[in-house]
Amino acid sequence: MLGVQLAELLDADPPGVAEALDLVAGFDDTLVHGLARLGEERSAALTALAGAVAASPLGPAVAEATGKVAAGSVSDDHLAALAGARTALLGAVHDARLADLDAALGRTRDAWQEPPAAAPAARSMLAGSRSWLRELAIAGWRGVGHDLISAADQTIEALLAEPELRRLAVLLDGLAAELRASSPLATAERLPARRWADLWARALTLSWEDDVTDLSCAAPPVESVSGRLLLLGVDVHEHGTAVQAQVHAVLEPADGAPARLVRTSVVAAKVDTIVGPALWRLLHGHPVLLTALAERRALEVADLPLLPGGDLVWHDDRATAGEPADPFATARIQLAGALAPPVPPLERHPVRIAEPVLLEGYTTDGSALELDGRTLPVDLDRLPACGPLTPALVAASSACISLLRWDGGRWMVQPLAVQATVKRKPVEVHGGDWALGITDPKVAKAEARAGDAVAVLRERAGRLLRK
Amino acid sequence: MNADTAAWEQCSTVRVIPPVRPRKLAKVPFVELAEGRLQGVVSSGSDIARVYVSSIAARTHDYSCSTNNNRPCGGVSGGPCKHLCALVDEAVLQYGIDRVARYLHVEVGPESGGGGGADLMSRLSGSRESASAAVVFSRFLRHLAYLELPDTTAPVPELHWFPATEAVR
Repeated sequence: MLGVQLAELLDADPPGVAEALDLVAGFDDTLVHGLARLGEERSAALTALAGAVAASPLGPAVAEATGKVAAGSVSDDHLAALAGARTALLGAVHDARLADLDAALGRTRDAWQEPPAAAPAARSMLAGSRSWLRELAIAGWRGVGHDLISAADQTIEALLAEPELRRLAVLLDGLAAELRASSPLATAERLPARRWADLWARALTLSWEDDVTDLSCAAPPVESVSGRLLLLGVDVHEHGTAVQAQVHAVLEPADGAPARLVRTSVVAAKVDTIVGPALWRLLHGHPVLLTALAERRALEVADLPLLPGGDLVWHDDRATAGEPADPFATARIQLAGALAPPVPPLERHPVRIAEPVLLEGYTTDGSALELDGRTLPVDLDRLPACGPLTPALVAASSACISLLRWDGGRWMVQPLAVQATVKRKPVEVHGGDWALGITDPKVAKAEARAGDAVAVLRERAGRLLRK
Repeated sequence: MNADTAAWEQCSTVRVIPPVRPRKLAKVPFVELAEGRLQGVVSSGSDIARVYVSSIAARTHDYSCSTNNNRPCGGVSGGPCKHLCALVDEAVLQYGIDRVARYLHVEVGPESGGGGGADLMSRLSGSRESASAAVVFSRFLRHLAYLELPDTTAPVPELHWFPATEAVR
């Protein structure tokens, strides 16, 4: 990314974004206090939301929902309409921001093609999810107590058992844990209103029983691809009971088609006491992928399903780790020309923006990168404990492969790899360096002292679970 | 409401749960602050197949300790037993003393010198109660059951809301 591109990105001010976010904030406030206690001001916020989508196909349903909810009748259909309106607004913000980014980078993005509808899964447990989300909305975050939080446990347990519904299970589990940890909510100093409304709205969308609902994990993949996969870096996501390693890469298709940007993800369930580098041990069922990360190798892949949103569905047995491949070389040579994937409609939300870029020639104090007089803050909260990247390394860096993200009204970078100078020697550090084990002796020693959490819990599970 | 709070409330990816610190799990495989209690499971020192379920209630600080089959712990009649002490020690390691003290409604002043579990323990003044071990034990089993779930390779885009935890620095 050049200074002039960064300037273009930072100067872009798509019309309507601030207004859309104001409407979202108004809706989010209704969830803080609960739909049972709307009052005049918060009813007006719902009416304003309905006004914003009035001209869209959602219009009539949202208008009706607004009236009914204000009158005290809260049904699943009404909530779905309201969540839909909020989702549509944030989807538009996402589109505007991603379009700015593509324009600034000169990145070409493939057009979305609706895949054939997935066969509806066995979704009787979705009713349980919807009813919990309804109770939350009626009570409002301030009114949510221990009993209501625990009421989700059974639903989550049932959802977890159904691999096709893992997305919803992981989401509800993450939300319930946050509600629990923030209790008592009635007197909490502050509440993450935007965040929880995001999670609530997405969960409601995923709980919707309708043949056209596209749970993309259940949708049949439209094509399968073979070729060489050149890794750019790994973005790790985690909450108490789930971890996802999402690898960003450039795919060179074997059929000679143009290179494309793809992601591939592996997700494992975990518990909250497994943290830091131990996370990789949960993903050991994907040794080829972990080897490619740790040893910075290219991958040869054969017949991997490619979902329409640019996600390769990983099959470790269809991949082999090949030659060493420097991710910085990939970023320098391939990133600018690779075809970017479209975003599935229901995933359109600003948090999903995570576009790989190469940044170099900047100066930095570690908290922001400065390039040709423009500054881009570094998201230091996204330097995870499972990898070797630290704020000090970012401060000493001269180039990085990063994801561009947009949250809280501003662009930020999340470094995935850095080239830095440490003790006057050049070093290159990647977030996935520890995928096969910690390579820093000091950190390894500290980890060894803490013992092997995964092994201890597996032993306990083996002894106690099947009695 | 100040500007920082307003900005925080309008971010999608703010961290709500402070990161848990790594600790050895062999002695106390499970600790949680939930349902108005500090509760958890302590492995028996003598019998590998036996565990103790220990808990301390917030506010009253009443405590209990029994095996997972509801047999009372032999040590708990004379005051908090070694299992309860281990539970508190490990909770302090996992969550930090401030979070544990706040949950239990215990004052720990700065004069405690950053104190540990023993310091916290000395400030508890509850008496023995008999709480059912079954609920906590089943929560522990549910906790362990996560490790039995199969991996998936379908992407979970919702996890973009949950960045991996940074190191406790």
